[in-house]
Amino acid sequence: MSNKESIVDIPTVNKIARLSRLNIPEASKQNLTNDLNNILGFVAQLDEVNTSDVKPLASVTGHKLPLRSDKVTDGNIEDLVLKNAPESSSGFFVVPKVIE
Amino acid sequence: MSDLLKFDLLSASIALKNKEFSSLELTNAYFEAIEQTSALGAYLEIVKDRSMDMAKASDKNIKNGTARPLEGLPIGVKDMFCTKDVKTTASSKILENFCPTYESTVTQNLWDDGAVMLGKLSCDEFAMGSSNETAAKGNVVNPWLKNSKMSPGGSSGGSASAVAARSALAATGTDTGGSIRQPAAFCGITGFKPTYGRCSRWGIVAFSSSLDQAGPLTRTVSDAALMLNSMASYDKKDSTSANLEMPDLMNYLDKGIRGKKIGIPKEYTQDGISEDIVLFYEKSINWLKDSGAEIVPVSLPHTKYALPVYYIIAPAEASSNLARYDGVRYGKRNEAASLDEMYEITRGNGFGEEVKRRIMIGTYVLSSGYYDAYYLKAQKVRRLIKEDFDNVFEEVDYILTPSTPTTSFELGKKQDPLTMYLNDIFTVPASLAGLPGISLPVGLDKSGLPIGIQLIANSFDEPGLISTARVLERSAEFNFIADGAAK
Repeated sequence: MSNKESIVDIPTVNKIARLSRLNIPEASKQNLTNDLNNILGFVAQLDEVNTSDVKPLASVTGHKLPLRSDKVTDGNIEDLVLKNAPESSSGFFVVPKVIE
Repeated sequence: MSDLLKFDLLSASIALKNKEFSSLELTNAYFEAIEQTSALGAYLEIVKDRSMDMAKASDKNIKNGTARPLEGLPIGVKDMFCTKDVKTTASSKILENFCPTYESTVTQNLWDDGAVMLGKLSCDEFAMGSSNETAAKGNVVNPWLKNSKMSPGGSSGGSASAVAARSALAATGTDTGGSIRQPAAFCGITGFKPTYGRCSRWGIVAFSSSLDQAGPLTRTVSDAALMLNSMASYDKKDSTSANLEMPDLMNYLDKGIRGKKIGIPKEYTQDGISEDIVLFYEKSINWLKDSGAEIVPVSLPHTKYALPVYYIIAPAEASSNLARYDGVRYGKRNEAASLDEMYEITRGNGFGEEVKRRIMIGTYVLSSGYYDAYYLKAQKVRRLIKEDFDNVFEEVDYILTPSTPTTSFELGKKQDPLTMYLNDIFTVPASLAGLPGISLPVGLDKSGLPIGIQLIANSFDEPGLISTARVLERSAEFNFIADGAAK
């Protein structure tokens, strides 16, 4: 884990918050930085484990992902799809303007 | 108050079929119990009208001789399960008004088998926590030592508190790293996390998809068998669902364990585990030995790496799963001038501190330049942890461990996230390997708090796990009731 010498600082927190689309108030940034460093310091003990010949394990199901035929199985439920939307209009979700 | 509260799920089911009382009477008794124990804060939502309708329909079925396996039995649902037309918030502010237009497979299975829904139970926000303190609407209280305000554990804290307080006959839970077993241990009840894939994840609010699994929280092992019988099913809507018939667990209650081998992993007796738990762990070993099992010392050498692996994989998957809360399609929105600002403010305000912490960790370990060092590394060590179990199950049938290193703690006492994470040290390894685990109460510590012991089985051996847990349950004779339970 050669990349780990980089310890999280406030600019890193800003970058990660931006990637996560999370607004973090200035006042909480130092605490968050400390928490992240503690957690990343804790998980760094994995460095001790030799994994050079080990394949990553992503799924424990033991079966292959099943496929289904590419058929429409439901639809015509526009009302239900929009029912929980904070804002909708004419059958669409409404978001703040993204093009000038 | 009500004698009806003395019946557990199985005995109530028999009494209903013998017409000793009606489902309506039983359901009413539970609504009185909910009122009486409301200070515990276990329920987020009750659905009394719906419950009464369901109870009346059940009484009709019982009368007509068409009773289904859970006919007329009132249960609570963790707020992680989507329930059609009933608010489902995952204890988060961002979903405070979310009302699903569909029903999760697990809850649909329960209603199809005749169960009566009482309401939705609080949990840690998005099931991220081990004390129920991250819930947006405040913590839940453990009914044990009620004046001391102890934690019910988490994340299924509302479920565990309600079952222990007798304000639900049984409840559903979800377990990602211990969220059924740890609160069950803290509240003196039985919590059963089945094999990954046994219960469909469809309609369950996703936290960490390679780990999340539903299961029951009940008063007894038999109740857990009865309830899991209904919850488990193969579901085409969940690609990780196991297409494997589960035998009727009720046929395995009294099979015994003669000749079975029980593994005692040396890595689970470490410093920091409470003396009383060690004492009851040793007692449990002897009980199983006296019941005809062979005790075999075993080793799971990568155990100490389970928590670090978990705190990379679970936040990574969470950061991805929780990207869907964008204030556009559902959930709460905070308005802003631009789309990106709207996302950031909505998510910044809508998520609580622990959830934000985990999204940040998850985003960091998946970000460019760190993916191999953290995420891939964790997935590799996850394989080693699973191989440890595979090797041990060549030698033994079941593994016995404590459920938690300590009994419940006072609410508000554990402030540091890392200290909180250590609660799940004994439950996380089986989660990473996808194995079934059950926690059951075996005694009380010096201060009068319940102690839980965990049994772990190989994948899909729920039947044998039930047989073994029943033997332990009978030996332990845990007949204590929480002082904060409804009377």
